[in-house]
Amino acid sequence: MSDTAAPAMRIGKARSAGRPSALRLLLNNTLATSGLVVLLLIVLLALAAPVLPLPDPDMTAPADRLLRPLAEGHLLGTDALGRDILSRLVWGARVSLAVGISATLIAAFFGSLIGLVAGYAGGRVDTILMRGIDMVMAFPYILLALAIVAALGPGLLNALYAIAVVNIPFFARNIRGITIGLSRREFVDAARLSGKSNMRILFGEVLPNVLPIIIITMSTTIGWMILETAGLSFLGLGAQPPQADLGSMLGDGRKILFTAPHVSIIPGLMIFALVMSINLFGDGVRDVLDPRLKSGALTRPVARTAVKRENVPEKPAHEDRLLDLVDLSTQFHVGGDVYRAVSGVDLYLKGGECLGIVGESGSGKSVTAMSLMGLVPTPPGSITGGAAWLNGEDLFAVSDERMRQLRGADVSHVFQDPLSTLHPLFTVGDQLAEAITAHRPMKRSQADGRAEDLLRLVRITNPRARLKAYPHELSGGMRQRVCIAMALANDARLIIADEPTTALDVTVQAQILSLMDALRREKDAAILFITHDFGVVSAVCDRVAVMYAGRIVETGRTQDVLSAPAHPYTGKLIDCVPVLGQPERRLASIEGRPPVVNKLPAGCAFADRCPRVEADCRTGDIPLSSFGEERAVRCLHPLTREAAHG
Amino acid sequence: MTAYIAKRLLAAIPVLFGLSVIVFLIMAMIPGDPATAILGSYATPENVARLNADLGLDKSLPQQYLIWLGNLLQGDLGRSYALNRPVLDEVLERFSATLILAGTALVLCSILGLLAGVVSAARQYGFADKAITVLVLIGISTPSFWLGLLLILAFAVKIKLFPASGMYAIYGGGDLPDLLHHLFLPALTLAAVATGVIARLTRTAMLEVLRQDYIRTARAKGLTERRVIYRHAFKAALVSVIPVIGIQAGFVLGGAVYIETVFQWPGIGSMLVNAISTRDLLLVQGGVLVVAAAYVLFNLAADVVQTLLDPRLR
Repeated sequence: MSDTAAPAMRIGKARSAGRPSALRLLLNNTLATSGLVVLLLIVLLALAAPVLPLPDPDMTAPADRLLRPLAEGHLLGTDALGRDILSRLVWGARVSLAVGISATLIAAFFGSLIGLVAGYAGGRVDTILMRGIDMVMAFPYILLALAIVAALGPGLLNALYAIAVVNIPFFARNIRGITIGLSRREFVDAARLSGKSNMRILFGEVLPNVLPIIIITMSTTIGWMILETAGLSFLGLGAQPPQADLGSMLGDGRKILFTAPHVSIIPGLMIFALVMSINLFGDGVRDVLDPRLKSGALTRPVARTAVKRENVPEKPAHEDRLLDLVDLSTQFHVGGDVYRAVSGVDLYLKGGECLGIVGESGSGKSVTAMSLMGLVPTPPGSITGGAAWLNGEDLFAVSDERMRQLRGADVSHVFQDPLSTLHPLFTVGDQLAEAITAHRPMKRSQADGRAEDLLRLVRITNPRARLKAYPHELSGGMRQRVCIAMALANDARLIIADEPTTALDVTVQAQILSLMDALRREKDAAILFITHDFGVVSAVCDRVAVMYAGRIVETGRTQDVLSAPAHPYTGKLIDCVPVLGQPERRLASIEGRPPVVNKLPAGCAFADRCPRVEADCRTGDIPLSSFGEERAVRCLHPLTREAAHG
Repeated sequence: MTAYIAKRLLAAIPVLFGLSVIVFLIMAMIPGDPATAILGSYATPENVARLNADLGLDKSLPQQYLIWLGNLLQGDLGRSYALNRPVLDEVLERFSATLILAGTALVLCSILGLLAGVVSAARQYGFADKAITVLVLIGISTPSFWLGLLLILAFAVKIKLFPASGMYAIYGGGDLPDLLHHLFLPALTLAAVATGVIARLTRTAMLEVLRQDYIRTARAKGLTERRVIYRHAFKAALVSVIPVIGIQAGFVLGGAVYIETVFQWPGIGSMLVNAISTRDLLLVQGGVLVVAAAYVLFNLAADVVQTLLDPRLR
């Protein structure tokens, strides 16, 4: 997983580098822009109400009552008292907007104040304030507003106060959360040490940093507040005649719904347009100010990695190979950048063999392994070249249903962190039985028996009782044993193990490694073993391939590579492994960082970190050249002389 | 599990206590003389004095609260002077009608919201996803009382499919089909906004879950995509959506105030609106208290369901 996470992490950096202005981003969002346009239009109309050539909104004309829209002199018709609906609509929108904005400002002011103080002071002050807020939130939203209006008496101003009060908790909670985080940051400590008063720190240092959150909360609640004040007016508890807002117009019109529906439909449409435009604009503001909250930023991976191959290699003529991966390229497309996570990787495995792929985070080892069964997340990943022949079948060309049949049956996986790779809400027995029945339909009781055998196979004591356990009830080593049992459920020919011991304690690591080694011999299954640790490779792998920046830089039999590494990078990786009994040996670390795979340099990708770098390392493509039997290296100046051929 | 439920019930007691304090304080902040406010300005001085003594208004605020709470615990919420009957009787009668409406709406918005959210996430960026996203946006921006009027115009006036108001037909009726016939439009209206909110959050929760490692494991096992989405991902997403449904219960109970007014449903919402207009404050107090208590219990139920689904919380 570490390999796939790397490009995702870099997205943020890449974006923030050339980040356009906030306004630009907002205008790029079509929905937000259209919301803004409609909103501005309504606001302008409302502001301009006194100077517009509109009739007096309160002027009654009994002769002209209940005129339909498009009537002469009354574009939207008249209401039960003959008042012009268009004029009342504009003036009503003015009142509704003013009330909504005022309520938002009041709620934002008091809510933010409570949140700031509670978050900054902490301790007892925080507890008391937040208990109070929780109490207010324990009421159904509108009901508390009703109670307040009941006490204060109906009226627009009272409705405004009521709506403001019930919205205070939203601000208080959001702002408190952010403030708590900020209060522990260095710049607040620095301000405190410099002798600034708490008031000055709170309003000078903390407030500016929570302002975006206040604005986001305002932009997402103002629509609600307009809606709810309109609702109170609709019920006759807000604006009282002759004063009218959109809600009371709607309430008046309701009484004549059957005879003159336009009187109530038109103000409702106006409320809808107002609230909708505010919500669209508010979502846009939120996305710009806090991109993490953006709902569209979450993209789900589809069932299988997309395959868009530019080159499809010929089927190689190696009958003895279980898996033959030829010229694999896998890329991640993020924004405008292309990350070449894997480029031109060849691998093969014979039945019962164990091949290790070694490399640092971001070297492409996991992506290589996950590409085989289409488990690289799409989007953003896709396989752009190569072929993977499993028993003569190209995995990148088979149908989705065939791929499903192969997954977990012929090829199974063991992943890194057993806590996150097992489903937390299903029992171990459920998950094991499911792995079996996905490929061999059978009764549940039969599958349970099979599952019990599998747990016994991976040396779990008292297997029957463990079937009923949830993953969080087991230890890390036990969980990984369950994952291995799941991988063995259908006697897979190939097991892909992606750093299966990395998340475990050292002693447990050793147990799991010896278990896997023993089981592979028992079951005669081949293993593709992904790791960053040469110590692990020496324990279980027959052969090893070293990856760097998406390519294989050295491959050969484990003993050959370990005893005489040829690529300087391989040498460095081996130096990272502590050797038992040699405490005086200094553990080496590799200086520098691997290159980002969207901007690979020409020549050798390791050149910048290599102690043996020479001028010719930085030009041209350096091929993976044969270096003895079953051995190859991608280096112009290898550490050891080429072993004699044969 | 029983122990857990008992623990949660105990934890709800201070919340209910807090609710009673707030409701009491709100009514205590009524400007002017409450007895006059309750009885109206034409009340005789004897009646005002008698009510003041009845309500214990000659005592200090904490004393008043304790007396009020004592009565409350004995099921005495006072007397509605406008209706001339005990508040509790009226409130419980009205509340059962609200429970039918709000309960149906809650079931409706949970099913529709979850369904829409899951389909939306399963077909992200597809036609269904876009259509649902637009509908959700419209749903959460529409004033529910206006939507109710539109539905009445469409389905009660234009095509006479459903009745426009009431809970039972005036003549005949009174049976379950009659109730469902009357229930359909108001329940649908009441569910609309909450459906949008639940759909939106379900979609986000599903997208979040579908990126988890255990979903990759499920696929690596060779499960069908249908099983991956509707069993593995949905169960995990449901756990995070359940509390949201609990919160929506509050919006649905509150929103019933509008819908009951629009559809003249004889529930507690329309009772409250009338009581506020007639200044029948004891009735308002009792009604608010009962609905708020019901909301606390709804949230409690949501907590329990969440715990049943997620073994890690036990």
